[in-house]
Amino acid sequence: MTSVVARDRIRTPQRPGDVIFSTATVVSGSLILAVLAAVAGFLLIQSLPAFVAAPADFSGGFTNFWSYVWPLAFGTLWSALLAMIIAIPLAIGIALFISHYAPRRIAAGLGYVIDLLAAVPSVVFGLWGIGVLAPLVQPFYANLVDWFGWFPLFAGPVSGTGRTILTVAIVLAVMVLPIITALCREIFLQTPVLYEEASLALGATRWEMISMAVLPFGRSGIISASMLGLGRALGETMAVAMVLSPSPTVLFQLLTSQNPTTIAANIALNFPEAHGVGVNILLATGLILFVITLAVNMIARYIINRRKAFSGAN
Amino acid sequence: MSSTTATPTANMPQANAYAAGKLPKNSTLYVLLASWIVTGAVFLVLQLSGATSGFNIVGTVFFGTVLYCVAIYALSYAVEGVRRAKDRLVTALVTTAFVVALLPLISLVFTTVVNGLPGILTPTFFTESQRNVVGAGGGALHAIIGTLLITGVATLISVPIGLLAAIYLTEYGRGRLAHAITFFVDVMTGIPSIVAGLFAFAFFSLIFNDPGIRFGFGGAIALSVLMIPVVVRSSEEMLKLVPNELREAAYALGVPKWLTILKVVLPTSLAGIVTGIMISISRVIGETAPLLIISGFHGEYELRPVQPADDDPSGVRVHPVREPGHGHPGVPRPGVGRRTHARFDRHAP
Repeated sequence: MTSVVARDRIRTPQRPGDVIFSTATVVSGSLILAVLAAVAGFLLIQSLPAFVAAPADFSGGFTNFWSYVWPLAFGTLWSALLAMIIAIPLAIGIALFISHYAPRRIAAGLGYVIDLLAAVPSVVFGLWGIGVLAPLVQPFYANLVDWFGWFPLFAGPVSGTGRTILTVAIVLAVMVLPIITALCREIFLQTPVLYEEASLALGATRWEMISMAVLPFGRSGIISASMLGLGRALGETMAVAMVLSPSPTVLFQLLTSQNPTTIAANIALNFPEAHGVGVNILLATGLILFVITLAVNMIARYIINRRKAFSGAN
Repeated sequence: MSSTTATPTANMPQANAYAAGKLPKNSTLYVLLASWIVTGAVFLVLQLSGATSGFNIVGTVFFGTVLYCVAIYALSYAVEGVRRAKDRLVTALVTTAFVVALLPLISLVFTTVVNGLPGILTPTFFTESQRNVVGAGGGALHAIIGTLLITGVATLISVPIGLLAAIYLTEYGRGRLAHAITFFVDVMTGIPSIVAGLFAFAFFSLIFNDPGIRFGFGGAIALSVLMIPVVVRSSEEMLKLVPNELREAAYALGVPKWLTILKVVLPTSLAGIVTGIMISISRVIGETAPLLIISGFHGEYELRPVQPADDDPSGVRVHPVREPGHGHPGVPRPGVGRRTHARFDRHAP
């Protein structure tokens, strides 16, 4: 076979197997990009009618699409923000506990236990939110309203069921904890050991070592992990749909029975009953959600990737 | 608490250069127990005086832990100085954060097992569906079959595409396309599941020109959108772990590249890839939202395998809708039924 090949230059023979296989891999890879483009494209095509829909097509007395989607977008961002306020400090604490405080022998096992939380389906979280969490926290809500009702966020009247946006935020926080924790843990473990040992050798306490060596090193990692968690919290559907009884309003109060709902939950609750332009309107709200989460995720990934290029870890 | 405040210096018979100015070894444990006992006593007094009904165990642990944080900070501040006090406070906070995170998990597992076990133990749970069942009775066979079918089809679609894309990224990919794929695979991991369902709905309702389309295969497509990025990421990590020496040895023996990948790289990383696929399955098998959109929704879920319409016409059934005038009744769509394996159907209890 080698004699056939031109003398001046040894060339790799073009085997059909190679061509077929490499083409298949390229096609599969490109298919992923195509799917993402298709998600955006088909959602856009299907939501076009919603932007010009007549006022009669909107439920709840809204006159155009933007006034319809605004309370939903607000609810989405508000619940996700509350969830992040709860989740980020906890997640950093857990990640630090696993990476720097827990005894070495059990640290890996503990990380695994936290990862288990990520495997729980969101419906189960929703059921848990309704059945366990809401009744459990309702008395606390009542006390909060009694004692701190003068504070605008805690203004009454208190919800009798405990199924408020604060409960949703707690459930969401529990759901995004494993993601943020896992990423933060990885980042904290990447801190160069020399830095840690150097600061300990200079007489720093463990907390001083962490605040001077570990946290500055992991800052961008914490930010991007939080944004990935935020992306998940924004898109979470079932837990919100099951726990909240929605009212399409912009309300900041945390503990009343009037709660803004989220885009995803609104879709899940209304889609089965929707028909005609109503379907297009829901698809359009889905497009808005897609754009929001896509932007959040892209920023997060951009920060991570930039970090990778300059970090001292690799 | 008062019992421990006296101990720090009393324990030390003579000044030790290494132990001087420090709290004794087990002081954190004692302070924690003391804090709980103190708050427990406070709540006990409250209960006995009739201010609260029943002993408040949650309040005891919560306020006890808060008291512990304050007490250990104050103690350590007095004995060891502000730096160590801060260190102990953070240790307490970090440990508390971990325990707090475990509570929902424990509560969740406990609730699910306690409430779910009686249901699973009913004799018909695994053998009967909800067909023609009014009120109690029946089982979850329809849901189990539907879950397995939809997840199975999604796996059949995602694994080849995801694996090939991962092979492209590790073995072939250079330059812009590879960068773009890596970036967007990461971004795709964050797509909300309901958007995937909406995509499948938008796609199929355009293709079949059916504004109320509902079928199981669409659900499988939606799950694939969620599953592919997970498969790509995990397989890529595993393929990267294969040492380059193995590939070079194969090339040196004159093995073509595609055979090298098939016979050397893939078998080496097979265990890791299978693990990754299992993880991706576990991510989608519990998905709910996309299936509500594209596979249908009811007051209660009814998933049933649909036989090919020409085998058994009753395989596609029409049910009276529970809320007349709303939604889509289960209109038989034999063409759809033949292609799909499972669908949600409206079911009247």
